[in-house]
Amino acid sequence: MTDHIETDVVIIGAGPVGLFAVFELGLLDIKCHLIDILPKVGGQCAELYPEKPIYDIPGFPMVTGQGLVDNLMAQIEPFHPTFHLNEMVESLESIGTPEAPLFKVKTSENGTTFTCKAVIIAAGGGSFQPKKPPIDNIEAYEGTGVYYAVRKMERFRGKKVLIVGGGDSALDWTVNLQPIAKRLTLLHRRDAFRAAPHTVEKMRSLVAAGDMDLHLGQVTSLKGEAPVLEGAVIRKDDGSEFTVDCDVMLPFFGLTMKLGPIADWGLNLHENVIPVDTEKFETNVPGIFAIGDINTYPGKLKLILSGFHEGALAAQKVHRYVYPEKRLLFQYTTSSTSLQKKLGVAA
Amino acid sequence: MGVIHVTDRAGQRHTLEAIEGWRVMEIIRDWGLPIEGLCGGACECATCHVFVAEEWLDKLYPPTEEEEDQLDTVMTQPNSRLSCQILWTPELDGLEVTLAPTGA
Repeated sequence: MTDHIETDVVIIGAGPVGLFAVFELGLLDIKCHLIDILPKVGGQCAELYPEKPIYDIPGFPMVTGQGLVDNLMAQIEPFHPTFHLNEMVESLESIGTPEAPLFKVKTSENGTTFTCKAVIIAAGGGSFQPKKPPIDNIEAYEGTGVYYAVRKMERFRGKKVLIVGGGDSALDWTVNLQPIAKRLTLLHRRDAFRAAPHTVEKMRSLVAAGDMDLHLGQVTSLKGEAPVLEGAVIRKDDGSEFTVDCDVMLPFFGLTMKLGPIADWGLNLHENVIPVDTEKFETNVPGIFAIGDINTYPGKLKLILSGFHEGALAAQKVHRYVYPEKRLLFQYTTSSTSLQKKLGVAA
Repeated sequence: MGVIHVTDRAGQRHTLEAIEGWRVMEIIRDWGLPIEGLCGGACECATCHVFVAEEWLDKLYPPTEEEEDQLDTVMTQPNSRLSCQILWTPELDGLEVTLAPTGA
């Protein structure tokens, strides 16, 4: 079932900069939908360093990544943005004119389509994707013998499963898949695990009972005629190698960011970032803006605060596309009753 | 003043002027070699993974538990380090590192 949504603006990326753009657009009566590949909002702040303190957000001597995201969510609440999480924008097509831009945006997972008057790319370093271990020819087994996520547990019933990694995903799936797998092997590079202690304990007791195997080492190559996986060659710390028979391998090495489909949208790119002007932060395609870490211009600093500024200026130009007939009055939230009404704080 | 030697993924060795107080990742990035340093040096991504020449390993501060956690997410060798966790000091003049392969 495919949904179609008409809105003013689609924001690609729900990191801090995308979130604050909702605020700046909202003050100008512009409605938006945000799309993010992660299952949660906050981008890098929430995914990479939720607990890390940030010291250079104006007005916050110290705030954690997650704390900043939570505050931004509270700040944009009056504008009721719609979030489409776990979705990646697959295509972005221009169907308007330079004077009256119109875009068709399509996401991959649910195939939701959007029609909008402007697109703001606030995609940071790109879309988060599973980190793939650099093993020769691993791609040839993907989807048949190598999986980076578990979507359906049943797929692994009765299989010889090799899980690689030492974090929460690796340990959670170890204890969840162990009962249904024919044999489960966990491989990690060292005998220390960064996962919830009770899950690690559970894994250790399964190993002690002989119900699964734990090996220390790293996969160096895969065996079996692709796409059929038959085993993984593992190198131990002392350099010796052995093979673990397996039908499937699940590497859980965390996430990394890839530019992804953005490269196919007809935008000028310079070393994986998008050049913009510094008046409107618009790309070479009128109506498509880029703000935050994903853009570049002379003097660019990849700071969250720069992204906030960029969003505010982009919103001014977006207003002209969304309301071509309306004159935009510059106002302050401290003094404007109309802005205060939008924020739900008018006396 | 001093230098570091960095071998890129094509096998070419570059000699880069180093700056005291900079992380090795930052020196490599500043000279324009392809090192990602995605998280900006927060020890949260392992995209600045390098192999350190054997003779230099003992001269470095040993990796923290945090760095080991990140090294878990890449294919390591015994001489693997995250270059964002190596602060350059004049004692490291001549440090020899190789950029680790990036995943697909």
